[in-house]
Amino acid sequence: MNLIAENLLYKPDEQFHLNEVSFNFKKGNLYTILGRTLSGKTTLLKTIAGLLTPDSGSIQFEDRDFLKVPVWERNVAMVYQQFINYPHLNVFENVAFPLKQRKVDNQEIKDVVLKSLKSVGLEGYENRKIQELSGGQQQRVSLARSLVKNAKILLLDEPLVNLDYKLREQLREEFKSIFSQGLSEESIVIFSTTDPKEAMELNGEVIAIDEGKVLQVGPAKEIFENPKTLKVAEISNDPPMNILKANISSNKIKFEGIEIELPGHLSNLKDNNFNLGIRASDIELSEEGFEFEVELAEISGSETLLHLIRGDTKIITSIEEVMNFNIKDKIKINFNINKVYAFNESGTLASSPFGGSYV
Amino acid sequence: MGKLYKFLKYSFITIWTVFVVAPFLWALTTSFKDFNSVNGGATYIPWVDFEPKLEGWKVLIKSPANGGVDIIEPYFNSLFVTCTASLISIVLGTLSAYALSRFTFKAGFVKNNDITFFFISQRIMPPIVLSIPFFLFLGAIDLLDSLIGLIVVYIVLLMPIAVWIMVDFFNKVPREIDETALIDGCNPYQAFFKVVLPNSIPGLIVAGMFCIIFGWIDFFFAFILTFTEVQLLPVKIVALNSSITPWWSLSASALVSVAPLIVVAFIVERYLSKGNLSGAIK
Repeated sequence: MNLIAENLLYKPDEQFHLNEVSFNFKKGNLYTILGRTLSGKTTLLKTIAGLLTPDSGSIQFEDRDFLKVPVWERNVAMVYQQFINYPHLNVFENVAFPLKQRKVDNQEIKDVVLKSLKSVGLEGYENRKIQELSGGQQQRVSLARSLVKNAKILLLDEPLVNLDYKLREQLREEFKSIFSQGLSEESIVIFSTTDPKEAMELNGEVIAIDEGKVLQVGPAKEIFENPKTLKVAEISNDPPMNILKANISSNKIKFEGIEIELPGHLSNLKDNNFNLGIRASDIELSEEGFEFEVELAEISGSETLLHLIRGDTKIITSIEEVMNFNIKDKIKINFNINKVYAFNESGTLASSPFGGSYV
Repeated sequence: MGKLYKFLKYSFITIWTVFVVAPFLWALTTSFKDFNSVNGGATYIPWVDFEPKLEGWKVLIKSPANGGVDIIEPYFNSLFVTCTASLISIVLGTLSAYALSRFTFKAGFVKNNDITFFFISQRIMPPIVLSIPFFLFLGAIDLLDSLIGLIVVYIVLLMPIAVWIMVDFFNKVPREIDETALIDGCNPYQAFFKVVLPNSIPGLIVAGMFCIIFGWIDFFFAFILTFTEVQLLPVKIVALNSSITPWWSLSASALVSVAPLIVVAFIVERYLSKGNLSGAIK
């Protein structure tokens, strides 16, 4: 009964868009595909929808070979990153389109469409032209259209990315409430995003993907706390996790002339070279810290992102207030060493503050 | 700077307008003149300069036996050939263009763009290059000097225009719209007819108008591929040699022959300025 994919491979050009992707999605669950742009998220969703045929591999759904079912018979719904609607139809007709296609009774169409428009906050907009709506409203129309179908598989391809900040927050809340109450036991929701925060907030099962390859599957919290590889750590943090090439020997972490006492959770590591990962938020300004040079300071919202350099090591730290720095300023920072992740030289998690290890 | 620019701009537009409109006015006034008014020097204003007469226009509908020029049959021949060929070209051209825009074709080194170029290349050659093959071809299938033969030839000439315009148009219709239609339960044909086509009406109209214009004004093939049975309007007008046909009838027939194009031009102008896809993708 699940949506099961095995070894999906799609390589239309030199690069893999899907590289041996396998998964087992259960009904009634929310899955978040987390990956950077061009990591294969859209390809994966389109493959599930049937718009793309993989070079090899299989997809099973409800004991059917899904790859043999044409798109229009798959009963999936999809919301695109761009706001896709039918420009020649008004709002009501847009949302009614999939139902008309199924030859649903007119009165029923009317009820369902109005209910759906209400649920996305577009009551009273039935007769508007699509072109007259704002971006956020257009995206709500496509969301409403995908909801009326009661599809067993709902695909949301970065639905919030083209919206401005405030609308995004607002619509994300709506998504959360729609998912929490409206999600029937019968349907699978697959949500793709580049934004780690979004993935964490939606709190579903996260599939971290890069270059068409599934890197890690697990609950959002698990991905965040115990990223399997450096790559996952990079994808699941914004700004990306800082990587320090360090040597651990005789209970000391050594890099760029800095020596720090080894924290407890790393004490079982054998002496070797490691890639240490530390989040931007776990680095703070401190008078007793280590000296770094400011390479760039950007103010984003109420935060200041500092790009720092010492020798060959570049790090980014975020400070929870607006501060002004000049380029080439020398500042002192300290690492919250209890929050350091250790990845071995090939990039696999050796030890995390939350006790995870994949070596 | 601003004022001078504006002045030059409007002067240029005015001169150009006079340049374009003058021949039409000339033909229009001439068509209402009789022998005396034409030969009495240049006159422009009816009822003041000269007495308007309908003689020129009456000649158009009289049979040759009564001294008329009989352009009615060629006129309807032309209308029939142009409209039929345009319609078929638009239907075939639109379908081909959609396929070329959406699906990937590959035969050796030949790909979509090459096929599109192949269509357009039909219009790159000077028509004279095609005249002999067309002549022999129509002769072989016994369609020389016939309406059907002309329609076949015009489809070859007009379809590239339709394909060219529509490929460009479909490329601008976001592919995601088709995909959404498929996801919403349309099979590819329904997606095309229910979603893509209704959003392509401006393109269809423009392509249709271009086909009609190019079909209507063609003299060359109409001249080469017909003899006595069938005559198209451009050939007929040229045949109205001025030494036999009076100036006023010639002017009237010229105006009648451009009338459809003027209508077409106004429709095209309205639709060319009207994009309809702004709400598809933002």
